[in-house]
Amino acid sequence: MVDSAMQLSDGSRIGVVGGGPAGSFFSILVLDLARRMGLDLNVDIYEPRNYNTPGPPGCNMCGGIISETLVQNLAAEGIPLPPTVVQRGIDSYNLHMDVGSVLIETPLQEKRIGAVYRGPGPRDIKEIKWGSFDGHLLKLAQERGAHIIQERVTSINRQDGRPQVEIRKGEPQTYDLLTVATGVNAATKRILDDLEIEYELPDTTKTHIREFFMGEQAITETLGTSMHVFLLDIPRLEFAAIIPKGDYVSLCLLGDEIDKELIDEFLAAPEVRQCFPADWDFEKFSCQCSPRINTKGASQPFADRIVFVGDIGVTRLYKDGIGAAYRTAKAAASTVVFQGISAEDFKKHFLPVCKKIESDNSIGKLMFVVTEQIQSRRFARKAVLHMTEREQTKAGEERKMSTVLWDMFTGSAPYREIFIRTLKPSFWLRLVGELSRAIFSRT
Amino acid sequence: MDTGALGKIYEDGEIIVRQGDVGDCMFVIQEGEVDILCDDNGKEIHIAVRHAGDFIGEMAIFDRDVRSATVRARGQVRILTVDKKNFMSRIHEDPSLAFRIVETMSYRLRELQAEYTKVIENQ
Repeated sequence: MVDSAMQLSDGSRIGVVGGGPAGSFFSILVLDLARRMGLDLNVDIYEPRNYNTPGPPGCNMCGGIISETLVQNLAAEGIPLPPTVVQRGIDSYNLHMDVGSVLIETPLQEKRIGAVYRGPGPRDIKEIKWGSFDGHLLKLAQERGAHIIQERVTSINRQDGRPQVEIRKGEPQTYDLLTVATGVNAATKRILDDLEIEYELPDTTKTHIREFFMGEQAITETLGTSMHVFLLDIPRLEFAAIIPKGDYVSLCLLGDEIDKELIDEFLAAPEVRQCFPADWDFEKFSCQCSPRINTKGASQPFADRIVFVGDIGVTRLYKDGIGAAYRTAKAAASTVVFQGISAEDFKKHFLPVCKKIESDNSIGKLMFVVTEQIQSRRFARKAVLHMTEREQTKAGEERKMSTVLWDMFTGSAPYREIFIRTLKPSFWLRLVGELSRAIFSRT
Repeated sequence: MDTGALGKIYEDGEIIVRQGDVGDCMFVIQEGEVDILCDDNGKEIHIAVRHAGDFIGEMAIFDRDVRSATVRARGQVRILTVDKKNFMSRIHEDPSLAFRIVETMSYRLRELQAEYTKVIENQ
């Protein structure tokens, strides 16, 4: 029997803590689905940041890549990504290794990856030409009827079984449902202290993001519409990318507790320096941050009337965090509109999506171990480079290594799907051939 | 600010989809307009104009038939391609992703019905 007390009805109140992509996606999608079902919901989003303020106060610290898959999904959802928010459309990847570089283009030669800033831009921005991505989504949520409360939540507890939100200025508010979308860089644990739930925070690691001003014209000439990724033999570095934006360039380093020593080693690499104009001063950066990202999702990201979406719940390993925020937000929105808001409803309809992401991450971890092995062996790097180079003149289906690298770097496909592609005999036949050639040529 | 324009630009008169071709994707118009045309024994029949935000070629996502009409750029237009494979696997996980397309198809069916009624009345 359906417990009607654990279902949303006309006039139900939803509180959303955090107005980043996960919170805004959830609000947009829950209001869209409710409208289709003829359900009138009240949504309050708590977000203390002003996304019109440049630098840290208006930024949510992220590389700012909207993956190919997410761009398509948002188009299908009717969530626009206008050029007033997307700073640069990306249509190719440039893979740099010590043994050479190769350009991997999308078979459609279409710009389907978006480079954005979560806020309006770095600290020293002189003219705001593009809007904040997070601000754009928040505005879309507001246009659909969500009410924005620009306050920091100080505590979450329960009042007669319903979640209650406390802020510094204002009366505590009780909700029928609370969606927590604070990300992993906020002090979420502290505000959840009074709530007796089984939820446990995700495991995280430190990353590094640094912003350089280069100017629109110079970026177009040097980096173009390509994201530049690096497979370098630097211990603890899993992934490094240079992302061209509007007037700025973002440098993103992911790996095991990225520190100054690792950053300096990376910036000293000739493969990195060649991506910037000659005599570029790497110490002259506009902004830098070391946000944390998930390495393992939260356990039990739900309770009666409470659900955790985005990074504070479960996200994809290293890639497509905004895409995972969309997926978990959509799963939560569908659950609360079509099923209910009890822990049992979330367990049955929301948790499978989280588990799917988590099990895909396990395969991703394995794939990054393989990538590490390639990174640390020169002949393997040569083999990968040559195989990719040779494929560039071939048709889409024949570009086996290129599509594997493309999806690994862009986060466009699940790790499981990429892994299955690497098991094909034709992939191994070519790779073994290239490996033998690389080993033979070094002796 | 055009550096951030996603999708592909088609110039005025350029064919985006050709009637009779096999399709494995649909499109979402990001900016501009397109003409939907049908070939009737060599005679070009103008069916409709589609605008920014509209889907085109969505039938190819759900059926295995060839493209039922030609889509031509009406002035400069920017279009985003949505792959069938990606879209179908997402619908498998989240069927509600198809709501907007079903809504569009339903609206177009109504349009067609109204057009058909008008033709019958004029006969």
